[in-house]
Amino acid sequence: MKPAATREAFGDVIVELAEQNQQIYVIDCDISKSCKTTKFADTFPCRHINVGIAEQNAAGVAAGLATMGMIPFISTYAVFGSMRMLEQIRTSVCYPRLNVKIACSHGGLTPGNDGVTHQAIEDMGIYRTIPGMAVIMPADYHATKRLVEQAVHYDGPVYLRFTRDPLPKHYGADEMFEIGKGKIIKEGGELCIISIGDSLHQALEATRILNERGVGVRLVDMHTLKPLDTALVEECIAKTGKIITVEDHNIYNGLGSAVAEVIAESGKGILRRIGLRDQFAESGDYEALLQKYQMDSAAILQRADELLKM
Amino acid sequence: MNADICKIGHLQQKACELREHIIDMIHVAKSGHPGGSLSIADIVATLYFDELNIDPEQPQRKDRDRVILSKGHCCPVIYGVLAMKGFFAVEVLQTLRKMGSILQGHPDMKKVPGLDMTTGSLGQGLSVGVGMAFGAKALNMESRVYVILGDGELNEGQVWEAAMSAAKFKLDNLTAIVDCNHLQVDGFCQDVMPIEPIDKKWEAFGWQVVKIDGHDMEQILAAFSTARKSIGKPTCILAETVKGKGVSFMENVCEWHGMAPNDNQCQLAFHELKGGQVQ
Repeated sequence: MKPAATREAFGDVIVELAEQNQQIYVIDCDISKSCKTTKFADTFPCRHINVGIAEQNAAGVAAGLATMGMIPFISTYAVFGSMRMLEQIRTSVCYPRLNVKIACSHGGLTPGNDGVTHQAIEDMGIYRTIPGMAVIMPADYHATKRLVEQAVHYDGPVYLRFTRDPLPKHYGADEMFEIGKGKIIKEGGELCIISIGDSLHQALEATRILNERGVGVRLVDMHTLKPLDTALVEECIAKTGKIITVEDHNIYNGLGSAVAEVIAESGKGILRRIGLRDQFAESGDYEALLQKYQMDSAAILQRADELLKM
Repeated sequence: MNADICKIGHLQQKACELREHIIDMIHVAKSGHPGGSLSIADIVATLYFDELNIDPEQPQRKDRDRVILSKGHCCPVIYGVLAMKGFFAVEVLQTLRKMGSILQGHPDMKKVPGLDMTTGSLGQGLSVGVGMAFGAKALNMESRVYVILGDGELNEGQVWEAAMSAAKFKLDNLTAIVDCNHLQVDGFCQDVMPIEPIDKKWEAFGWQVVKIDGHDMEQILAAFSTARKSIGKPTCILAETVKGKGVSFMENVCEWHGMAPNDNQCQLAFHELKGGQVQ
């Protein structure tokens, strides 16, 4: 199966969903080509709103549409969809709990060569702190299609984060997903690797190598950062006691932090976090950046070795 | 003509009653924003007692008109008028800003019957109004959307993003009402951040502009009528007002932006309002 960026999946599925659901609207901020919503705009011109390069207005317009019973998807890049419109989303959407979805391409380091201004490494953590906001990053094409569908059925604000760059397809088209329920990809008793979004592919590679070495790994795709599947994290703690989190995000306030909170409150378990170590990256190829900033499978293996010795 | 005079007298009386509620609830709460609530009281009274298609028995009726108080800190004026219209009991006004009250310091649409939008962070309301007006048209509803802004609030860039988009989408069902009371928290608008010429700015952004005396019921009614007749253009009503209008010691005094009257001041204010010195 040909690799595909998850933004492509969003562009495909939003048209499929909108055919069934008249309430779905898309609000673009001049980057519909890049966010893959041009097919939606062509198919449903009356339900497509382009506000131009004005993200704060997009947030308010979405809030207004939601009060009228529509399900608006704001489509932009993750940097702008989280930070440029943050207070508008917090006060005009999350506080009144309006049914607005924020669907963002260019998550994490996936816009690689665009550089730091376009690499969102804080977005999921920022939205995790806002009461009532769900935060989701699907791991591949089909996961994206199913989780966007779930977001339509979810009553309340949702932040969805996609990749600019292509990812391998791990899931089949029939795979089922539920917001707030992590997926166990592989069972194993010595170590748990919990990943979110594109990091699943690094985690899969590390798991393959560890399995070859005879190490049993439980691999979890925690596609929903919030509401976190704490029961599954607690199960991972009970099962192996040794956990590695992997995320294409700053290590602060993302998946690693969320899992650390569960571990700390349970009083059991050891954790290693893979992610950007509180620094901005730089322009470069996505895969090369993951390697340089120690967010790739090699980095996971290094942490695994540390934990397995303990 | 007699009917008109009668209507205007009725609206003036409602505005006066609304001002008494504003003073009373802020006095009881010991905090709140009287200045900007009083400056917009005549317009709000006219909106709710003459212009709007709303039903206190069905506050969520889909085809209702909608009001967004973008200058959310002036919520006493909306709380007062909603109580007067019967959306909730007048006694509830005594709970303003108290724990457990539906009347939060800044308005919460999920708590207050008849309130169409949560506001309080300046600059956000007009964008929401654009979304509502767009939605109403998409649903073939006759609903009109009114957004009340302060002149100081026009400092916020988002207002102009929203203004641009309202013109693009030809939202003739959208009316922005700017309460031009010339004061903001740190002083006169012209000193803090000069915003004039406001009319030319809105016109340049593609809006129909109507300038009125925001304390003259006849002009207010005429402006709403002009807005209704607009085809393909949103309307901006620039209302020349006096901050603190109706209570002489509050008029044009910056400090009354966000200060509660004490017992004496409250009595004085009531005396003035009851003495019919409002107009």
